[in-house]
Amino acid sequence: MIHTLALTAGLVLLWLLLSGYFLALILALGIASIVLVVWIAHRMDVVDHESHPIHMAAKGLIYFPWLMWEIVKANIDVALAIIKGKNAIAPKTMRVTASQRSDVGRVTYANSITLTPGTVTVYVDGDMFLVHALTKGSADGLGSGDMDKRVTALEGYVEHGTEGVG
Amino acid sequence: MEMILYVMSWMAIITGSVFCVIGAIGLIRLPDVYCRMHAAGIIDTVGVGLIFLGLAFQAGWTLVLAKLAMILVFILFTSPTSCHALCRAAAYSGVHPMHGEQAPDGADVVDDEEDASSKT
Amino acid sequence: MSMFVAAAAAVLVSMLLALIRAVKGPTVYDRILALNTFGTLTVILIAVHGFLVGRPEFLDLALVYALINFIGTIAVTKYVGLKELDPGVDRHRGDI
Repeated sequence: MIHTLALTAGLVLLWLLLSGYFLALILALGIASIVLVVWIAHRMDVVDHESHPIHMAAKGLIYFPWLMWEIVKANIDVALAIIKGKNAIAPKTMRVTASQRSDVGRVTYANSITLTPGTVTVYVDGDMFLVHALTKGSADGLGSGDMDKRVTALEGYVEHGTEGVG
Repeated sequence: MEMILYVMSWMAIITGSVFCVIGAIGLIRLPDVYCRMHAAGIIDTVGVGLIFLGLAFQAGWTLVLAKLAMILVFILFTSPTSCHALCRAAAYSGVHPMHGEQAPDGADVVDDEEDASSKT
Repeated sequence: MSMFVAAAAAVLVSMLLALIRAVKGPTVYDRILALNTFGTLTVILIAVHGFLVGRPEFLDLALVYALINFIGTIAVTKYVGLKELDPGVDRHRGDI
């Protein structure tokens, strides 16, 4: 139920931001669209803790600023490597073990790795990620496992089945 | 206050533009497709982020700011997905990374379709 | 105003470089990557242009372009990787 509420709230916000009009007709059309979308989402059975990871929301406020800062640092590293040319890069593929226990946690970790320039997740098999790293610095940064720990703290693991569908 | 915002807007936009150009240069200079993805990642994160931050300073607290934030968040969420899909498709079709150190145990990723790497 | 012109010029230069990569290849994935980057740069260009001419409504176009860029990249990648858009259920690797 709480996920349906989250979906509805998100859609209302999206409609109001995109339209910016508060006429009765437009608002009625918006409500109709939102009801339709929520109904279709329910029929598709996609409204659950995976599509709406609201249990991460509070901790995400700590994680995402940290991730942004990491991205800025990695960007400077990669930009310098590009400017210096071929001698500065050391491309290699490495294997990383993810310690997250839920799929959402792993997806967050894999996407965080890819979003950080210098490292790209090529392949995911269970908790084993194949990562392509551009520079030595980016490979070492990932190898230290700091991001892994933070994402594990972020995911706040819940047993499957205890979460209702919507 | 106006002046501070203006200067910060200038700095953000110029830095973002520089990162965009560096990313595009990386797209040309780096040796193989996996390395070039990192260059594309620069444009997708800091390039877009800083330029939109600069535009947001200009916009002030209006609906425009919300739309800028929406586009930025959307790009930040989708760019790793498309990047990963592309990387995975390249690995499956047998494009080997430069310095292919994954050969011993990476056979499950780059396997029987070796001939695809010459396809253009 | 001039900062928008500078940003637009930088973005146009980047777009030109991305196009060069799209033309040079050598693999089809380089081209897709270049086009994805080109699309992202187009989003920036539309947004900057909207501010340049004082009509931020252009941001709606930028949002739609970002959506189409993502879907398009995934669709083309899937098509190139699997040689078809609907891989069927029995393909072991059908999930990009």
